[in-house]
Amino acid sequence: MHLEFEKELSELHQKIQQLKRLYTIGEKEKEAELRYLQREFKKRSRQLYSKLDPWERVQVARHPNRPHAMDFINLVFKNFTELHGDRCFGDDKAIVAGFAYFYGMPVAVIGQEKGRTTKEKMERNFGMPHPEGYRKAIRIARLAERYGMPVITLIDTPGAYPGIGAEERGQSEAIAQSLYTFGYLRVPVVAVVIGEGGSGGALALGVANRVLIFENAVYSVISPEGCAAILWKDQNKVKEASRAMKLTARDLFNLGVVDAVVPEPEGALHWDYEGGARLLRYFLRKCLRDLLKLSPEELVEDRIRKFERMGVFTKA
Amino acid sequence: MGLLDRFRKREEKEALWTKCENCKSILYIPELRANLNVCPKCQYHFNLPAKERLGSLLEEGYKLLFEDIKPADPLNFKDTKPYKERLKQAQEQTGLTEAMLVAEGLLKDLQVLIAVMDFGFIGGSMGSVVGERFYRACKYASQKGLPLVAVITSGGARMQEGILSLMQMAKTSMGVGYLKEKGIPYITVLTDPTTGGVSASFAFLGDIIIAEPGALIGFAGPRVIEQTIKQKLPEGFQRAEFLLEKGMVDMVVHRKELKETLHRLLHMATYWKRYVEV
Ligand SMILES: [Zn+2]
Repeated sequence: MHLEFEKELSELHQKIQQLKRLYTIGEKEKEAELRYLQREFKKRSRQLYSKLDPWERVQVARHPNRPHAMDFINLVFKNFTELHGDRCFGDDKAIVAGFAYFYGMPVAVIGQEKGRTTKEKMERNFGMPHPEGYRKAIRIARLAERYGMPVITLIDTPGAYPGIGAEERGQSEAIAQSLYTFGYLRVPVVAVVIGEGGSGGALALGVANRVLIFENAVYSVISPEGCAAILWKDQNKVKEASRAMKLTARDLFNLGVVDAVVPEPEGALHWDYEGGARLLRYFLRKCLRDLLKLSPEELVEDRIRKFERMGVFTKA
Repeated sequence: MGLLDRFRKREEKEALWTKCENCKSILYIPELRANLNVCPKCQYHFNLPAKERLGSLLEEGYKLLFEDIKPADPLNFKDTKPYKERLKQAQEQTGLTEAMLVAEGLLKDLQVLIAVMDFGFIGGSMGSVVGERFYRACKYASQKGLPLVAVITSGGARMQEGILSLMQMAKTSMGVGYLKEKGIPYITVLTDPTTGGVSASFAFLGDIIIAEPGALIGFAGPRVIEQTIKQKLPEGFQRAEFLLEKGMVDMVVHRKELKETLHRLLHMATYWKRYVEV
């Protein structure tokens, strides 16, 4: 599966994969061809992904092959031990949560998972959480706090689910409680936007001491489709809406909403999961190393100061 | 005065009558105003502008705070109209500087802080100013030991300030922490409509949550839900009474009884701290 503008790259990728399969050590000719193709791939992917417009960037962030939370959990952490349920209503599979090792250090990991196969996508509701998902996240975050464990969140959702059950069970209340709970957590919190950061449903896992975002990930107050429909009264104005909202990683960094942009190897994560995981590991380690020096009070203070600064207004 | 202005003036003068959205009765506007914008026939609660709301709850002589914090246009946003223009228009139409007013004053004999939103100001949407004013209100209330009441109406986050609006959800939620830490009562009053980013942040963090009769309250708007689930929503879904039944709000209170109810709750909630600690 590839996006329209990835056609050339996709063909190149297929050639490389085929050659890799056929290649045995010492075959000079194939080796040279492989090197050439890999170089070419790097060059063209860098060209392609560096000049995407914001709407194309949204498509990369939603790419069907893009690594999801579970992929990162398996590649970045060890011994992930999933914990289930909110102890009130059910277990929301749109949010995965549990403990794992990170460089030998136990941490809590909470992520939004969209699912890969059709069946899994349905089970996980395409990564759109219900209130019980947020309540599970709150429960695990509080546990982590009690055990002195750092919390790492992986954000990837189109948004909180707009449905009857979700409203009946208090979607607003669940998100609000999550914002508040993460805000005052007395352990280090690092949030990573790995794909789509859709509105309040994403921010519910985004109140952190450090907020990271992958190069092609996006984070916005409303989906480009929603913004176009409401402000332009035309669903087709997604390009305009994407541009106006300033939702790309670069834009968010310039606005001071994220602390760092994690580069994506080969131009986009879906070409190299392992490379992406390596970079994420490096950034997470750096963040945690700084945050672990702070006391519980300083961690809360750090988070308060961070979010207190957000917003632009004039003062007479 | 131009011809158009004179025409408008006459139109304003003639706008003495309106129709109830609910029971379709013809209503005499001065009577409706005197009745706090509640239809005298069917008790339908119309929107109440922020200033009138303050007047209905506080004694005269209350003081507006943080009015010097005014909106900017950080993204230089333009959809079918520039954001700057929308702001100017909203300010002219409502006579307000932003969608939230914060006032310090007396609710009967109790000194309180009240944050009131106005739906007429870009749908009561929350941008940087609403976030900052609410956050400061929390800090101020905490420093002065004043209870905080938030009377809310909002369509959600202000899209024209993009991600910065979204961040106000985090900021306002953290603001509530200043109150919780000191045991200062924080009561929210959810009025029609309360949805989106405001609903999913400081609105639902109230110690006690009151809703006005018939108010639409929820995270997602009904239209979005209908489009998603591809079916019609049941009658009364996401209305105040429905939320009461589902355990999401503490009570549904008629606008005429709001002042009395707030006073009683605040008196009870502050009584022991006031008399024991002194
Ligand atoms: Zn009526």
